[in-house]
Amino acid sequence: MHPAPSVILFTVMSGAGFGMLAFLGIGLPDVTGWVAFTFFAIAYVLAVGGLMASTFHLGHPERAIKAFSQWRTSWLSREGCCAVFTLLVMAVYGAGLVFLGTRWTALGFVGSFASVLTVFTTSMIYAQLRTVPRWHSPMTPALLLSLSLAGGALLTGQEKAAIALLVVAGAIQIMAWLKGDGALTASGSTLASATGLGTASTVRAFEPPHTGTNYLLNEFVHVVGRKHGLQLRVISFFLMIVLPIGMLLLPFSHLFAALAVLSHLAGTAVSRWLFFAEAEHVVGLYYGKRTT
Amino acid sequence: MTTLPTSTDRKLGLVIDLDTCVGCHACVISCKGWNTENYGAPLADEDPYGADPAGTFLNRVHSYEVQPETGATQLIHFPKSCLHCTDAPCVTVCPTGASYKRVEDGIVLVNESDCIGCGLCAWACPYGARELDAAEGVMKKCTLCVDRIYNAHLPEEDRVPACVRTCPAGARHFGDFADPESHVSRLTAERGGIDLMPEQETRPVNKYLPPRPKDRLQEQVDILAPLLAPVSEDSAGFFGWLDKALDRLPGAPSKDETR
Ligand code: SF4
Ligand code: SF4
Ligand code: SF4
Repeated sequence: MHPAPSVILFTVMSGAGFGMLAFLGIGLPDVTGWVAFTFFAIAYVLAVGGLMASTFHLGHPERAIKAFSQWRTSWLSREGCCAVFTLLVMAVYGAGLVFLGTRWTALGFVGSFASVLTVFTTSMIYAQLRTVPRWHSPMTPALLLSLSLAGGALLTGQEKAAIALLVVAGAIQIMAWLKGDGALTASGSTLASATGLGTASTVRAFEPPHTGTNYLLNEFVHVVGRKHGLQLRVISFFLMIVLPIGMLLLPFSHLFAALAVLSHLAGTAVSRWLFFAEAEHVVGLYYGKRTT
Repeated sequence: MTTLPTSTDRKLGLVIDLDTCVGCHACVISCKGWNTENYGAPLADEDPYGADPAGTFLNRVHSYEVQPETGATQLIHFPKSCLHCTDAPCVTVCPTGASYKRVEDGIVLVNESDCIGCGLCAWACPYGARELDAAEGVMKKCTLCVDRIYNAHLPEEDRVPACVRTCPAGARHFGDFADPESHVSRLTAERGGIDLMPEQETRPVNKYLPPRPKDRLQEQVDILAPLLAPVSEDSAGFFGWLDKALDRLPGAPSKDETR
């Protein structure tokens, strides 16, 4: 799949932003006034900034309001509804903390739950797609949720929780990579099943439909940079998991805490790039671009 | 509404005959023409006369090399357009309701004025049947020529999809699969029509007819063949003498060239 920068930015930023809101909603850290304002501002910049970035790749962003209508079947629509609901609830909850110095506990819990739900709906946009076997797995929501919560814990300064969540996210990430590498083969989709020409014969793509490229090839048959996959996995894992844990284990300093956050977000962006770049869409079979 | 109908009154679709298709791409061109000049946003052409032309097509023809266990390799031309799936995953993922499947005839369509161009429906289609138009920013797909098949302004014989009307080999057939007696249902039954990627569980309406087994060259071509066998294999007898005699004449090819 084409790793569009807008979508990578969106999922990383809003993942961390909603992760933060999930912690703030349950009163971690228990802050009020200006300190609370700072935390909420960062969370909103990440979450809303991410949502804005995601509209950059739309053909008609001016009609985005229509995307709230089909929540009955569409995970993308559900994500939109959940995100807006969460942001509204948490805005009220945050206003209570910042301006009145009161914590509306129940409202916070609702907002916290909705934050996690929003990340889940995002992950289901990818996990629902049978056409991308690497994504069509419970690993996808597990990975996106654990990374979002780990990022949220880091950003809200929950050191113990952060270490635990990073370990969990790291384990899920490795499992997702290993399982993902065999997913296309396990899906049973091959050039033979795609064309129906495979009964007692071998099929080979002879000629593509056109000499030039097309939307399908650009969007779904991304192969650039795959050969560096292993190196990028190591880099991403180091930045996303290992380095932040190391910094958290050192005696606390604001510098290390900030570096841990930046390192984690950078590593997550690399992991997300791979999430797209390594994902094989079955339509590539028709173009002879998938060797299984 | 992106909820799929539990059943449709009719199941309109195509049968594509892989045995008959000659790979001329006429359906590609007529589809592009009809759908650029008629319903909806025109199909974009990017850099059409430049070094790197690309564009939106609702129907594309691939070609595959098929090697049976025994016998000669075959070249199969493979037209591919939307299969108007019964369980269309492209419809349910759409956040705006722009994509829908019609209850009356099962045609899968995009309402272009509702489409935000998110592209998710194209991600959900296993067959590459949807393309986001680079110029218009909306999703384009085969309409089963809905603006021809019900069009009372067209002569009767033109009320079929443009690709079907155009195909010079008769490799594309249009009809109602809900009617077991229809032309397309009978063709599918007789020729063992198949679904593409059944493991994707889309239950396509369109069916593909597999290529028929090819004729084989027989060992003996004709019962008269033994009588027509060369009389002389070696350089003896009359032809041997003639061969040698001609070789001796000036201007005869050298020994090497005659090999
Ligand atoms: S072929 Fe693709 S676009 Fe057409 S109905 Fe099936 S899934 Fe949807
Ligand atoms: S591109 Fe248009 S039709 Fe496709 S899912 Fe998005 S809004 Fe729906
Ligand atoms: S039915 Fe019409 S829109 Fe569909 S492939 Fe044929 S010509 Fe194109």
